[in-house]
Amino acid sequence: MAEPGIRELLSGNEAVARGAYEAGVKLAASYPGTPSTEILETLAERFPSIYSQWSPNEKVAFEVAIGASIGGARALVTMKHVGLNVAADPYMTFAYTGVGGGLVVVSCDDPEMHSSQNEQDNRFYARMAQVPFLAPSDSQEAKDMLITAYEMSEIFDTPVMLHMTTRISHSKAVVELGERVSGPDKRFIKDQKKYVMIPAHARLRHVVVEDRLEKLRHFTEETPYNRVENNGSDIGIITGGVSYQYCKEVAPDFDYFKIGMGYPLPFGKIEQFIKAHKRVMVVEELEPFYEDMIRAYGMKVEGKKFTGTLGELSPYRVALAFKEAGLIDKVEAPEISSEEFFPRPPVLCPGCPHRGAFMALKKLGVAVAGDIGCYTLGVTEPLNAMDTCICMGASIGNAIGMEKVQGSKTGTVAVIGDSTFIHSGITGLLDAVYNKSNVTVMILDNRATAMTGGQQHPGTGKTLMGEDAARVDLFKLCQALGVESVRELDAYDYDAAVAMIKEEMARPGPSVIITTRPCVLMPVRIMDEPYVVDMELCNGCSACFRISCPAIAASHETNKHGHPKAVIDDTMCTGCTLCAQICPTEAIILKSHFVKTEVTR
Amino acid sequence: MITGTSANILIVGVGGQGVLLASEVISEVAMNGGLDVKKSEIHGMSQRGGVVSSHVKIGPKVYSPTIGEGQVDILMAFEQAEGLRAASWMRKDGVAIVSRTSLIPAIVTGSKVHHYPEDAIGDLAKKITHVIAVPADQIAAELGNPRLVNTILIGVLSNHLSFPEDIWIETLKSKVRRQFVEINIEAFHRGQAVSTERVKA
Repeated sequence: MAEPGIRELLSGNEAVARGAYEAGVKLAASYPGTPSTEILETLAERFPSIYSQWSPNEKVAFEVAIGASIGGARALVTMKHVGLNVAADPYMTFAYTGVGGGLVVVSCDDPEMHSSQNEQDNRFYARMAQVPFLAPSDSQEAKDMLITAYEMSEIFDTPVMLHMTTRISHSKAVVELGERVSGPDKRFIKDQKKYVMIPAHARLRHVVVEDRLEKLRHFTEETPYNRVENNGSDIGIITGGVSYQYCKEVAPDFDYFKIGMGYPLPFGKIEQFIKAHKRVMVVEELEPFYEDMIRAYGMKVEGKKFTGTLGELSPYRVALAFKEAGLIDKVEAPEISSEEFFPRPPVLCPGCPHRGAFMALKKLGVAVAGDIGCYTLGVTEPLNAMDTCICMGASIGNAIGMEKVQGSKTGTVAVIGDSTFIHSGITGLLDAVYNKSNVTVMILDNRATAMTGGQQHPGTGKTLMGEDAARVDLFKLCQALGVESVRELDAYDYDAAVAMIKEEMARPGPSVIITTRPCVLMPVRIMDEPYVVDMELCNGCSACFRISCPAIAASHETNKHGHPKAVIDDTMCTGCTLCAQICPTEAIILKSHFVKTEVTR
Repeated sequence: MITGTSANILIVGVGGQGVLLASEVISEVAMNGGLDVKKSEIHGMSQRGGVVSSHVKIGPKVYSPTIGEGQVDILMAFEQAEGLRAASWMRKDGVAIVSRTSLIPAIVTGSKVHHYPEDAIGDLAKKITHVIAVPADQIAAELGNPRLVNTILIGVLSNHLSFPEDIWIETLKSKVRRQFVEINIEAFHRGQAVSTERVKA
């Protein structure tokens, strides 16, 4: 990355990485999760002088960062919103101990659930732990606020949260780069009353937390991140994060109270602002976090009544809210109405080994307890082969419970990816062994954290920074946990998959099936010889359409019932053979064989 | 031609087509041209063959990173049905640059419920006054590399923004590998040469 003073177009995530560099961070840890992933990727790629690592899950990442902080260094830990649920345990108590070197946790929330299972509002985690948070509204602020967050962390002896959302993380904007500062030159200082949270010490630290909060209440009144923009309007808007940008676009002439530090709130300043305006509206995404706190303080504001609590805001939604509140006269409605249109959901890639597993599970008609990763796409039509998806690692516990109450007449199979199994599936499997579950667990081991872009993990043999690493042996790990039947499966072999799942479900006690084919995209793109459809043999039965392969399309030729015959895009086909295995007329054949037939004819 | 110094550009396509690289180039051209710019897109699930869209906003000062519904000045569609799907984001008097590419998803194949539009570009021309259909796949094939589609479309787009050509060329050079610079410049010029004649409704 370029030199100080230079202006660069950076995403919010790239700006956080740059901020970490400028702030003299020594260690960064994370587990990949949209929309947070690129922070650590950028660090590893552009700032290799900072030690950065993928941890098996967010809890471990947080604990590693805590260790670095107690060791005296500035530490960064990043995660998607639900990742903080996993890391909530160390986070809540580290709020008591406070820091050695500064520690910032970046929480990337996902309003609208572009790539998430819920849209929880993590600002509540700041309040729950009495931890201050800063909320950038563009890339420049993301960088600058991260640096301020380290100063705050060390001055107030507290972890600090940087609260980002998808639109901040994944929007690019012009950023002016700054100089690198060196972080504090500190080492570990033995201080058991501070760092050993036995009840006697923790009671003392809770007092410190309350004192700290009082100091932060003064600080939040003074920080320039909480500022008034006066335009001489009698309408005042209290807002922060990306919502600030939407409001400014819709109504640049209103007065603004821009919240940059969202907890604790500067009630003194806010009270003055409210008193100075005829109408004051709070604009924030998701929960009425600011609105409720301001009301609880005894001030009158409006907000959620007009903006709603669902999904992300947009300039248009904000305009509609202003109109409904009577703050503006009219909203320019789109001139062209939207129409019903075919959906284009994400699908499993051509050649994805997960496809074979889901074809077999669909054939068997069992209940499938699913998990989080690319393979969650097994839920989509026409595969339609997943029945639950709650959180990382939930599949195994879910399947154990289902099986204990005989909830599914056809039996239950848990399906989990390699990275997710390592993240939080191992304890679930131990539960299955310990509590004598008959559950069958399929570990779809494609040796990549594929959904988020193929990041390394303890099963890939590489680290984030590109070094060789020990590779966990999932087969032996499952055996060591006490699973008696652990078997490997080639998921490109459809009949073998059906047979093996059947056998393992019939077997008493827990069993594990590990699929062995790697991801077709990462780390190397797998393209074997493609298959083609022989139109003379294809009878238009549509069996191959139902395996949901993007390489298979309807051709213009039809059978006698007018149903289309299939055609394969040979630039997309990876030669996985699955469609050929289920074609009843053997019309799908290797491209080279097909050409030969043509010639001999 | 967008005559002012502001433009809202929406780029749409299907995961893997190069939408994000195109929006990267356009944004950098705007920044190098001395304007403020923000761009926003959704990563994640969209990588797996789903709809990808990228908002690029250019102006003296840009606030929101996303464009409001109905506020798009220029639409750049890598796939014709996705162009039609995005129509409601556009102003009626905006410009829609649409590749003739059609990618029919598995969910539509053989489905009785879902249908891929027969003539997406024609349907779009009934809604938007200025639709430019670009045989981008055909031009890319003539140039010998299907991955040039996005540079060809950028060439078409450049006719509708008021940045000097050398900024486009320099920015493109900084974004592609050295051995592909020449062919990308050629693709850009082929895009510029695409007739700006409107598709008749």
